[in-house]
Amino acid sequence: MGRHVIRFENVTKVYARGARPALDRVSLDVERGEFVFLVGSSGSGKSTFLRLVLREERASAGKVFVAGKELSTLSSWKVPQMRRQIGAVFQDFRLLPNKTVFENVAFALQVIGKPRHHILTTVPDVLEMVGLAGKEKRRPHELSGGEQQRVAIARAFVNRPSILLADEPTGNLDPTTSLGIMRLLDRINRTGTTVVMATHDDEIVDQMRKRVVELNTGAMVRDQSRGVYGSDR
Amino acid sequence: MRLQFILSEIGIGLRRNLSMTISVILVTFVSLTFVGVAGLLQTQIGKMKDQWYDKVEVSVFLCPANSSATTCSSGEVTDAQKADIQSALDAPEVKPYIQKVYFETKQEAFASFQKQFAGQFWASAATVDDMNSSYRIKLTDPTKYQVVADVLSGRQGVEQVQDQRALFDKLFLVLDRATLLAGGLAAVMLLAAVLLITTTIRLSALSRRRETGIMRLVGASTVFIQLPFMLEGAIAATIGAALAVGALWLGVRYLVTDWLGSSVGWIPYVGTGDVMTVAPILVAVAILLAGVSSVVTLSRYTKV
Repeated sequence: MGRHVIRFENVTKVYARGARPALDRVSLDVERGEFVFLVGSSGSGKSTFLRLVLREERASAGKVFVAGKELSTLSSWKVPQMRRQIGAVFQDFRLLPNKTVFENVAFALQVIGKPRHHILTTVPDVLEMVGLAGKEKRRPHELSGGEQQRVAIARAFVNRPSILLADEPTGNLDPTTSLGIMRLLDRINRTGTTVVMATHDDEIVDQMRKRVVELNTGAMVRDQSRGVYGSDR
Repeated sequence: MRLQFILSEIGIGLRRNLSMTISVILVTFVSLTFVGVAGLLQTQIGKMKDQWYDKVEVSVFLCPANSSATTCSSGEVTDAQKADIQSALDAPEVKPYIQKVYFETKQEAFASFQKQFAGQFWASAATVDDMNSSYRIKLTDPTKYQVVADVLSGRQGVEQVQDQRALFDKLFLVLDRATLLAGGLAAVMLLAAVLLITTTIRLSALSRRRETGIMRLVGASTVFIQLPFMLEGAIAATIGAALAVGALWLGVRYLVTDWLGSSVGWIPYVGTGDVMTVAPILVAVAILLAGVSSVVTLSRYTKV
């Protein structure tokens, strides 16, 4: 595995034949341990970028490398193994409503066949890390939005992935709560996990001062280390 | 952990779609019962053929003194005609099909006639001369009757060639038709079962989209995601098959063995043992059915 955990080489993604590409010849390297903001208006290609990394979609042209593997040549039965190195959180949390906080996080380990004792020791640790100690038995609807997102982050991180993808994780949260979530993501990033976060939230981007990649109608228009949200062109 | 988890997923799935699960069980139950009935009818035919074909003979009735048959115009069969028939049976093209030949004189025929119909008023009017003397031929293969019939029919001194097998063939025809009917109904019901299982699995997959979505996201293997759905269908179908076996067992036990067996006793009937021979086939069909339906459905609804 090289220094780059994610590498896009001239990647184009066209969903429907003849339509405008959702991503247009994007080349980008993300190094291990980096924190990258992906900014741009709706439809700029942020989500497509993340879906390509997860191999939920395949590139129409160009090459996508994740953790040293080129995804277009990766056989589909190896995809699950690849995804275990990636955690993902979303704007809508995607929790299971009839499972408790503990069960929601444990679910991610159960379905990849982790032994019970491993689950029983790991899940409380990660819940404490995200600040949900004592709320293990609650169900998602009994939690605030910020707490629900913490559960989702705990689930994404519980298997210690090398990459964490976040698709507008603060999109449904108020500014104060969002700040808490950002502190958590920053903490995760400092454990060595690469974080790629797509967002609309200019305040957060301006505050964090991390690398900013801006997409506009599928094309990469800016790649700036320690950048801000607004384009300074 | 894995096994326990898969089992609990199956339990959730079966309970969530309880009415669909029950309908899958019922449809497989009915369809497999018909499959079983078809199988048992064929077994029944086989049993009867085994027993009866062993005993059937070809009877070559020779001319009695006053017969109206054209081959009997010269009156009662002569020794020369008998020698002619005997040599025809010994001919190399017929010989291999014949296991045993014995000659029944008209006295013997009269004796067995009197014994069989003793006490019937009309039997006492018959005389020895009304009886046919006959060759009774046992064939090595009862289905090769035509070979013997072709050689002997129309020969001088032969009044009639009769294949006892012909008496049973009507019954076998009825049973064969019944098998076709049961098989046809089974085919229709099996088709319904496949469609129903497909729909059930699809509903189940859709109602658990959230779970399977997360499973894919965190890197659960395809087998792990699909196995609960497959097993769900297989379990429902297997329960249906078990019910079908149970119904067939009860049917054979009470309808055939107890009722038919005691009222018409001379036929060798299928027994509950034969149901147990058919049972694994029914279960295999059920599992195959569910397997095929789920593979087809799941490849579309739980893509990686």
